[in-house]
Order: sequence, then C-alpha cells, then structure tokens
Amino acid sequence: MRIAIPLLALAASVAGAAVAEDTSQALPPKEMAWSFQGPFGTYDRGALQRGFQVYKEVCSACHSLNMVSFADLAAPGGPGFTEAQAKVIAAGYKIAAGPNDKGETTDANGNRLTRPGILADHFPPPFANEEAARASNGGALPPDLSLIIKAREGGPDYVYSIITGFGHKPPRGFAVQQGKYYNPWFAGRNISMPPPLAKGSVTFSDGTPATIPNEAKSVVTFLSWASEPKMEQRHRIGLQAMAFLVLLSGLLFLSYRKVWHGRH
Amino acid sequence: MAGQSTYVPKTGFTRWLDARLPILRFIDDTITSYPTPKNLNFWYTFGGILAFMLGVQIVTGIVLAMHYVPSSDFAFQSVEQRIMREVNYGWLIRYIHSNGASMFFLAVYIHIFRGLYYGSYKAPREVIWLLGVLIYILMMATAFFGYVLPWGQMSFWGATVITSLFSALDQIIPHLGSAITTWLWGDFAVGDATLNRFFSLHYLVPFIIAGVVVLHIWALHVPGNNNPLGIDLKGPQDKVPFHPYYTVKDAFYLSLFVLVYAGIVFYAPNFFGNPDNYIQANPLVTPTDIVPEWYLLPFYAMLRSVPQKLIGVLVLVGSLVTLVFVPWLDTSKTRSCRFRPVMKQLFWIFAADCVLLGYVGSQTADAAWHLGDMELPLVWLAQLGTLYYFAFFWLLMPFVGWFERPRPVPESIAQPVLAKEGAL
Repeated sequence: MRIAIPLLALAASVAGAAVAEDTSQALPPKEMAWSFQGPFGTYDRGALQRGFQVYKEVCSACHSLNMVSFADLAAPGGPGFTEAQAKVIAAGYKIAAGPNDKGETTDANGNRLTRPGILADHFPPPFANEEAARASNGGALPPDLSLIIKAREGGPDYVYSIITGFGHKPPRGFAVQQGKYYNPWFAGRNISMPPPLAKGSVTFSDGTPATIPNEAKSVVTFLSWASEPKMEQRHRIGLQAMAFLVLLSGLLFLSYRKVWHGRH
Repeated sequence: MAGQSTYVPKTGFTRWLDARLPILRFIDDTITSYPTPKNLNFWYTFGGILAFMLGVQIVTGIVLAMHYVPSSDFAFQSVEQRIMREVNYGWLIRYIHSNGASMFFLAVYIHIFRGLYYGSYKAPREVIWLLGVLIYILMMATAFFGYVLPWGQMSFWGATVITSLFSALDQIIPHLGSAITTWLWGDFAVGDATLNRFFSLHYLVPFIIAGVVVLHIWALHVPGNNNPLGIDLKGPQDKVPFHPYYTVKDAFYLSLFVLVYAGIVFYAPNFFGNPDNYIQANPLVTPTDIVPEWYLLPFYAMLRSVPQKLIGVLVLVGSLVTLVFVPWLDTSKTRSCRFRPVMKQLFWIFAADCVLLGYVGSQTADAAWHLGDMELPLVWLAQLGTLYYFAFFWLLMPFVGWFERPRPVPESIAQPVLAKEGAL
C-alpha cells in the first residue's frame, strides 16, 4: 500500500500528460448522423423549416445568404413552404429599392428607399458592405452562408461542431485573445463569433424543444440545403441513371459474349 | 487501313457517292472492317473511352459557356448561383463537366500506362506515341485553364502559383521571367484579363485536342494496333474486323466506365474537389495549402522536391519532355513487358512511384512521416521519387533493353491460343 499510492500518483500524472491537448490543432469534427447522407438521403423537411427559423432569427443578424432566393423556400426539394407562405416571408423583408419616379434613392431623412421583398428577391445582407460588417464584428468578417457547408472540410459535421463548440474551458496556459472566444473545433481555437445559440434562442412552432443541439441540427440541415439545393433531385435522377446503366451494361455484356462466342 | 480497301458499294446510290465522296469507304475501312488483333484485352478499351470523354467535355462545356460569365466580379456567382441553382439541370451539367475532367485523366493515365507496359510506343508506332504526349500536355493545359474559371480560392491561387513559375526565368535573364508572367496575366496580377484569356483558351484548346486525336487515330490505323503480346499480325487467323468485335467490347467497358462516372456525379460530386474552391477568389487571403487537382499532383511533388525554383521548374518541364524520347530510349527488341522479366518489375515500381509522388504532392511542403523517434520529411520521398522517375526513362530503359534476356515470344497471336486449346 505504501508503494501503491505514489505509483497511483505517478500513473495519474503520466495519464494527465498524455491527455494534455495539442492546442495548435483543431479537434476533428463531431460525427453526426444526417438525414441527407447516403445515396437515398433527403432533407428532413421539419429540420429545414426549423433551421430556416434559426437562420432568420439568429444567424442572419450577421451572416448573409446571398445566393438563396425566397422562391427557393417553396421550390421542390427545399423547406417545403407553400408559395403563399414564401410570399409572406419575402414581404417581411425590406429590400433596397431603385430610384423612385422622382429619381430619388433616399427618403427625406437620408435613409435608403426600400420596398417589401418578392419571391424573386434574394435574402438581403445584414450589412451594407464588407467594411460595415467588419466594423460591427470586431474586425472579423462573418462569411456568407450560401455555400458554407461545401466550403469547409468536414461539411455539416464541421459547422455543427463550430456552432455547438462553445463553453469549453481553455486548457491551462492557452491564451484566449481579446474579444475572441475559445472554440476547440476552430483552426487556432480563437474564434471571433460569439456563441450563436442558447437554449431557447428560438421558439419552434412544432413543439421541438429549443435545445442547442436541436437548434444546431436544424440550422445545419437548412444550410446544407442552401449549399446543395438540388441534392434530392440529384439523388432521384442518379438512381434512374444507375438503374439504366446497369441494365445497359448487362445487355452489352450479353451482346459481347454472343459476338465473341467461338472467337477467342 | 493497313492494306487494300475491301469496301464494295452495293447500291446504285452508294456507287454514285463512292465515285464522288468516298466517305462510306472511309468509314468501312477505318471502323467497320478495320483489321484488329483478336487478343486486345480490357486495357485497350480506354482509347474509345477517351474519345467519348472528349465528346462529353466539349458538349457539356459548350452548354456551360452559354451561362458562364468570364469576369472576376461575376464568374463565381455565374457558376455557383446561376448554373448550380437557376439553370435547368445546370448542376448536372456542371458536375458532369467538373468530374469529367477527373474521369478523363483517370482514363488517359490507364491508356498511357497500358502503352508503356505493352511497348506500344516502339517502332513502327513512335508517331502515335508522340501525338499522344502532345494530347496529354494539351489536356493538362486545358484542365488548368478550366480549373481557374469558377474563380474560387483554389482557382485563383492555383493560377497565381503556376503562372508565377515562369518568373523563375529571371534567374537566367533578369526581368525576362517577370515580363513573360505579366504578359500571360495581361495585367500586373492574376485578374479579369487573365480570367478572360483563360476562358478563351479553355474553349479553344479542346478543339485542337480533337484535331490531334484525329492524327493520333490516323497514325494508329497505318501500322494497326499493337497487342498484349507485342507481336505483329501474321495472317487472317490473328485478326478480327473492328466491327462488331471491338465496337461491342468497347461499348460494354464504356458502359461500366460511365456507371462509375455517374456514381461520382450523382452521389459524390465533390469527391475530387477542394472545399476552398467554394469560397470566392480573394487576392488578399492566401489559402493555408495551395493544392492542384489530383491528376497534376505527381508533377507538383517533383516541382517542390527541388529547393531551387528554377531547377524545380526545369525538373517539371523535363519530366514531360522526357516522354517525347521514350520510343528511342527503350532499346529492347521485345515490345511487351509480358516477355520482359526485368522491365516488368521496373514498370510496376514506376507506377507505384507515380502514386507515391501524387501522395507527396497532396501533402503540405513541410510534411513528414514519424516512425518512432525518426522523422522522415516527405520532401526526401519526393526527391527519391523524382530520381526514379528520371532514372526509369533515361537509365533503366536503355540499359535494361541491352542486358535483359526476354522470354521467347510466340510465333503468332493464333499460336498460343490454339496451343492452349490443345489443337497444336
């Protein structure tokens, strides 16, 4: 026993040393199960609509979604809003308007003229320009989210890991930079984005509890669709194409056998 | 085509046409009754597959060009928003085209290695090989121009790195390299002018490739196909007409090839891609790793294996120019590696060497393997690999040809087949 205690202490210190993280490296993304993975994958319609809500009420405060139009919200393979619903959503946004009949682009107070959005409009950006975006975000530029899932190694797993990766205590000796946050899944582990999600950030109308994982899963599903809006069509046509090619190959193989019979 | 035309027009119209434009005779001579060795195996189907891929790339490329905007302000948007989201089936055409480049190179590498293994570059087929090398280099240029067009981060920085290679010439004649680089860019940096000329060239060069392919096939049809035994055709028992024997065989393997291709297009369209290219080009932000497409990685590794830029560029150019000399570097009288016990081993080492170089090219410049406490910098592997690449062609090919004792070659194609069946 007298020897056992120091030995245990030694073992514990060795184990501690082994666990000590290499903070220069980001952690590998959390591996999540997604409805859109695999050859038959489709987007979870409910998650898309909830994810749209999370984007609209949380992310869009800083992140643009330039390539997505309101019509896309009602397009096949998307969140599945009706056209009427998409029109209402669009009308809720103020879009920068062109010159009016008098040639003015601003109102009496000097504010840019706006009009309600229509289906053909794209999501308006939160900031007028890059400089404005940086000025509001401590010098960092919140990236456009239209292609974010395809533009990051690890795709949906990576984005999920980032937005749920806050609240961990930095290891001893790790300096979190002024105005930044510790996020072990981010390269360099210092991220300018404050923790975007909190319990109850949104209220889901379908009764899904607004936990951070639920919010994150929904918004990552929505962003995956935004990155690859034709995926369901691609999977569907792919199945037809593959079936056709298998059949064609089979017939060609039989022809090949017949033509070459006795010739080898 | 080797030998007399066997075409006999059967109807009044075809006799009339044959006396004026013998196009049906041409088709009959070059496709229908073109005499082909009866023992061509699976590896010989890639010529047809390559012709198909060139057609696919040209057709999808023409459609994409209808919607693409070659402007540094709008190129990224025109691809990622217009083509991928708004154009009917634009996503499909784009994925067919972008993955088509990879499938094209996959096929051309199999085709080139097949030619190396069976000695298809040896007399009297040197010109076929030379035209093939020209096609391969034109393909690399086309692929490079094409990769720049979506104007993503990797497009922009890849273009910057590759065009800047010319500035190495400054070390020979001051300012010459920089002048050439500026001339290539059409500006003092990669920008709008560069993008526009790359688009123009990306549209042009495939048609030059198509022209050289015609010459390649013409040159093939004079001596006729080589074959896995690497021996000349002795008589009618060695031959079959191209149609239907090889039209059906090529069609079957083409169908399997397209099955794989479709699997990638529909289920893993970004498998060969780099996530950074989904970020719009930004001259102010350099990506952490600038990596070319997979089919250029072995050359990238050779370029980086030399610490001195000019020599690295010369190694890169030399690795391609070397291919021109292959028909005269190989001194062996035996064509096929089937009968060359030493060359066969060296060939497979060469193939593995190219894969190894590709792997090293995909890693960062300062990457290393850790074997226990030992650290093996990958640049050493690249240097070793580069050394073997050049030694294979310039030393092993000529000397092994002299010293190697090839196994006896069969009398004719028909003979070993008949022997196997017990008839002889």
